[in-house]
Amino acid sequence: MSEPSNVLEIQNVTKRFGNLVAVRDVSLNVAKGEMVAIIGPNGAGKTTFFNLISGFFPPTSGAIRFDGRDITKLATHQRVARGMARTFQITEIFPELTVFENVRIAAEVAGGYRLRPWINRAEAAKVHQRVEETLKLVSLETKTDRLVGELAHGDQRAAEIAMALALQPHLLLLDEPTAGMGDQETYQITQLIRRLHRESSYTIVLIEHDMRVVFHLADRICVLDQGRMLAQGTPKEIADNETVQAAYLGTAA
Amino acid sequence: MSTEQTRKLVVLAAIWIILISAPYWMVPLGGYTALATRVLVLGLAAMSLNFLLGFTGVLSFGHAAYFGLGAYGAGLTLKYLAASTPLALIAGIMLAGICGALLGMLIVRRRGVYFAMVTIAFGQVFYYIAFQWSSLTGGDDGLRGFSRQPLDFGAFKFDILSNEKNFYFFVLFCFALALGIMGFILRSPFGRTMIAIRENERRARFLGIPVERHIWIAFTLSCFFMGFAGALYALVNNFADPRGLHYSQSGDFVMMAVMGGMRNFWGPLLGAAVFVVLQDYLSSVTVNWMSFVGLLFVLVVLFFPRGLLGFLQRSKA
Repeated sequence: MSEPSNVLEIQNVTKRFGNLVAVRDVSLNVAKGEMVAIIGPNGAGKTTFFNLISGFFPPTSGAIRFDGRDITKLATHQRVARGMARTFQITEIFPELTVFENVRIAAEVAGGYRLRPWINRAEAAKVHQRVEETLKLVSLETKTDRLVGELAHGDQRAAEIAMALALQPHLLLLDEPTAGMGDQETYQITQLIRRLHRESSYTIVLIEHDMRVVFHLADRICVLDQGRMLAQGTPKEIADNETVQAAYLGTAA
Repeated sequence: MSTEQTRKLVVLAAIWIILISAPYWMVPLGGYTALATRVLVLGLAAMSLNFLLGFTGVLSFGHAAYFGLGAYGAGLTLKYLAASTPLALIAGIMLAGICGALLGMLIVRRRGVYFAMVTIAFGQVFYYIAFQWSSLTGGDDGLRGFSRQPLDFGAFKFDILSNEKNFYFFVLFCFALALGIMGFILRSPFGRTMIAIRENERRARFLGIPVERHIWIAFTLSCFFMGFAGALYALVNNFADPRGLHYSQSGDFVMMAVMGGMRNFWGPLLGAAVFVVLQDYLSSVTVNWMSFVGLLFVLVVLFFPRGLLGFLQRSKA
């Protein structure tokens, strides 16, 4: 992997909360167009790791580079402005707004209009089109006028992904996209993520508990355990890895 | 969708017809024109607060400070600088807006109760300044010795000093201007980021909105509007009162907004109308008028959590 083709380069990041070391000396490179899954038992530091990438808080040590530039000290909104978008384990949406309004806010921010006290017709039309394309991509185009808070769980997840997509990110961070879903919904979201990866060639990092999903989708899998990177490799390498089997997969797979 | 839009237009037309005709039906109903003027001014203040409370989702308990700054700015201008109503208004708006912008930088890093506490603290600072600096502000007695000036359009003068109706229409014009700007901002991309912050701050942040900066802008704008209301209030009374900066006055504004319905653009105006009319009527009957207003407030909060207007809308739908 040559340097500039990496969208994300994480070098030896550590995060301490007092005496607790939530993430310990983890490094990870993500190439353009790649889909990387992060797995690990509860409390392994997966979400903390995500929070470090997305700038929820800064690492205690280590460096994060995004599109070749150091973003270790940047605030969340600055990382988003550079092309990073994320979803959350517990869906974060604007429940009292419609599906359309939810995604429009993202599209307007992406268009650079967030501070504007007006928007002209041409710009509004562009935003409108962007929103509709995005909603089509996640198959919510028939529910544009529904309040997001009233949608089924799976549709709410899709709406959250649509907001992330409307930002036109270079990197999509998905925190347990299938959390709390039934088989049918899991299947739909999995198909959506596959489409985003294969057809729209998004670079994606996701945290996932559902091993069927992980081994099905990911190009590469990272196993976190007690804040450490236990192993990383292709799904096959991970499935054959004895340390991983002993520590984690043995019970799950 | 289009019937919804027609309905909205009809409601909007009704509101403005009621407001424009107020001086004509207010008097036969036992009111007086100045009462309608006070409803407008305090309504504008409550709506300015609600710009922040209802549409950005942060509660300021010190907004009376900017109301009072607007009043003193206008009063001091008329008394010492220039006998011009428009200049007085501009001075009041600028004084409140600039102070709001500066203090806002310190306030917007806090959230929830801490935000409210810091706004109270800064509000009280202005109260004590107005209270103590007697040589300039008149101290406890308030600022007197100025009066609003007729509007001079060159060719003719519009007498707003002695003609109550003229003054009402002048205030209504200012009110409409402020509301027009407010409504315009709320329908803009920036206004939608305010609503995004109200709905889910974390999501807003992760959509790339620098939340603190946007709250600061909303706070500052709200202080400018508040200063406008305060400046008009000084013109209503030809007097600026230090109690207009006190946090209990801030509480009244919060009460008006919540009672009327803070999720609704027009809610605070209804809240202000109920508050002002009740106060006017009850205070002539009993000195304990505030207990009754308070009782009504408690009932509204308990039974119509979306405010009077929220309740009216729901029962219609």
